[in-house]
Amino acid sequence: MAAGVLPRVRQVLRSPRLVSAVFSCHGQTFSSAAAAPDTAATEKILNFPLTQPDYFHLSELFTIKDLFEARVHLGHKKGCRHRLMEPYLFGSRLDTDIIDLEQTAEHLQRALNFTAHVAYRGGIILFVSRRRQFGHLIETTARECGEYAHTRYWKGGLLTNASIQYSPGVRLPDLILFFSTLNNVFQQHVGIRDAAKMNIPTMGIVDSNCNPSLITYPVPGNDDTPVAMEMYCRLFKMTINRAKDKRRQMELLKGISASV
Amino acid sequence: MAASGCRGVRSILWKYGSCAKNLYVSRSKMVPQLPLRQISVASSLWKKNLAAAGPQKFTQEFIDKQLEEFEVGKRHLANMMGEDPETFTQEDIDRSIAYLFPSGLFEKRARPVMKHPEEIFPKQTAIQWDAEGRPFHFLFYTGKQSYYSLLHDVYEKILAIERHQDKMRNKGLFASDTKQILLTGSRWLLKEEIEENLVENISDQDYLRLIQLMEKLLSMPYCSLEEEFILKFRKQLEVQSSKYQIPALQYDPQGVAFSVADGRRKTAKASITLRDSGSGNITINGRNYLHYFPVLQNREQLMFPLLFVGMMGRFDIEGSVEGSGHSAQAGALRLAISRALLSFVSEGEVEKMRQAGLLTADPRIRERKKPGQEGARKKFTWKKR
Repeated sequence: MAAGVLPRVRQVLRSPRLVSAVFSCHGQTFSSAAAAPDTAATEKILNFPLTQPDYFHLSELFTIKDLFEARVHLGHKKGCRHRLMEPYLFGSRLDTDIIDLEQTAEHLQRALNFTAHVAYRGGIILFVSRRRQFGHLIETTARECGEYAHTRYWKGGLLTNASIQYSPGVRLPDLILFFSTLNNVFQQHVGIRDAAKMNIPTMGIVDSNCNPSLITYPVPGNDDTPVAMEMYCRLFKMTINRAKDKRRQMELLKGISASV
Repeated sequence: MAASGCRGVRSILWKYGSCAKNLYVSRSKMVPQLPLRQISVASSLWKKNLAAAGPQKFTQEFIDKQLEEFEVGKRHLANMMGEDPETFTQEDIDRSIAYLFPSGLFEKRARPVMKHPEEIFPKQTAIQWDAEGRPFHFLFYTGKQSYYSLLHDVYEKILAIERHQDKMRNKGLFASDTKQILLTGSRWLLKEEIEENLVENISDQDYLRLIQLMEKLLSMPYCSLEEEFILKFRKQLEVQSSKYQIPALQYDPQGVAFSVADGRRKTAKASITLRDSGSGNITINGRNYLHYFPVLQNREQLMFPLLFVGMMGRFDIEGSVEGSGHSAQAGALRLAISRALLSFVSEGEVEKMRQAGLLTADPRIRERKKPGQEGARKKFTWKKR
């Protein structure tokens, strides 16, 4: 039943209207509306990618074979399985849960596409994980693509009490990527609930012992193996860099066409 | 325009409001008239909650203005004192202020002071994001960006050293007896010093974690690659024995070396002249020490410094002492002898004497009597009822 509800919810969330609605509810305008022709060009830059299904050609970044070789299909043992992850699993082999890579590929494609669109529109992306094994890797990935990371102890009011914890005019992240949705005591990361409270879309690599309910773009996959994590980091970094380069290219073209 | 129009509509309604009560006017766009309410005039409401305001924040313009005023004031002060404004240092400023504004206040911090604004106003973090709202630092959302960035860098260095080690092992050049960093005579920076460097507050556990990471870095064989980085977090300890002023060795007309030193204990003041190439005679206040100190303990106190350095029969001691009782006088003389001995003894021996406690002045003084008590500690007889 929960599995049936989820795809419908996700379909609604995936529509381009909500993508723009998500940005409007943050109250930020990314386009500097100076003159009328400028505004029209900027509108075109911002709206045209939303009409294409795979504007950034992200399907060429990975194949199911790559996912298999990175051991993304390996879940935890049968006893650790979360009830809500059952739709994403093939079943278990010798007590180990096997994640359906075809579904993973679909979800990953959607997640990468959304991330690319957010990065294209100059959104703030926050990489979160509480696994100490991969903390350094994730921080390095975030730094290399010019985004932000939080792989440390999550202070309670970070998102919900931001204007007091930081200065009043702080801008919250526009997308939060969870490379592991559990914290060090195998409970769901507080950031998922807080992001849902603050209307911030989330992406999460959900393993077979995680709860995918509150995550906007869950990606069922392994979050324990270094190979798998390196692959995810590489994919997201390439996506974000691609999207930012594309944006810079479009701005340059706009500048050239405006001067002409 | 809209406001005046609004007021006009409201005035029309006020006229017709009583007679046309059924008239429905969409008030949604107008500001609703608030009901009149008694506002409390208690003075407690007017007072600002100063505790909740937090530390005072200064704007960058304010600090820049203070800096400008300081520089101009420094030049004026130099001209006033008749000195060269270009080479007027902070010590000169302190001296001039103490001269121009003599203050008899005991509390040093209450006296007039003229210092660089950076020393007076605490360092504050500037605005952390750019025009679009994107923070500058990639760890901004953690809350403690400088501290976590430091941990990130240290871990990066650990990984770099591990990779270097693996490379050396592959080439077969791995040697465990590589150059180690000298850590003697230095200590890790304290939590307060690190907080000052990072301009951020960190907890005790954070500080311990940082020290743990640095120790891990130090435990690796090739840690000398990052020596410079590690030494930034270590503070050199001053060599304690170099703090002592060794009295100058003087020579009398016969060429015999002697040194003079003072010592104090309770209210006893002693002065000693230690002459070389003597035979161990000790004269105090003109009398032989056997007569002056009939008690053995006091004579032992006099002899101990010489016994410790092993120069018992070498010196002639001539001393004068006044004040307090016999035991305190003996202690004062002992300290004076030890200080005088410093000029005859090597560096290593000085350190040994310091560790033996010969060079430390005994700080104990008589405790005052308190009112309501018999003496300093003794209380009057306690009666249950």
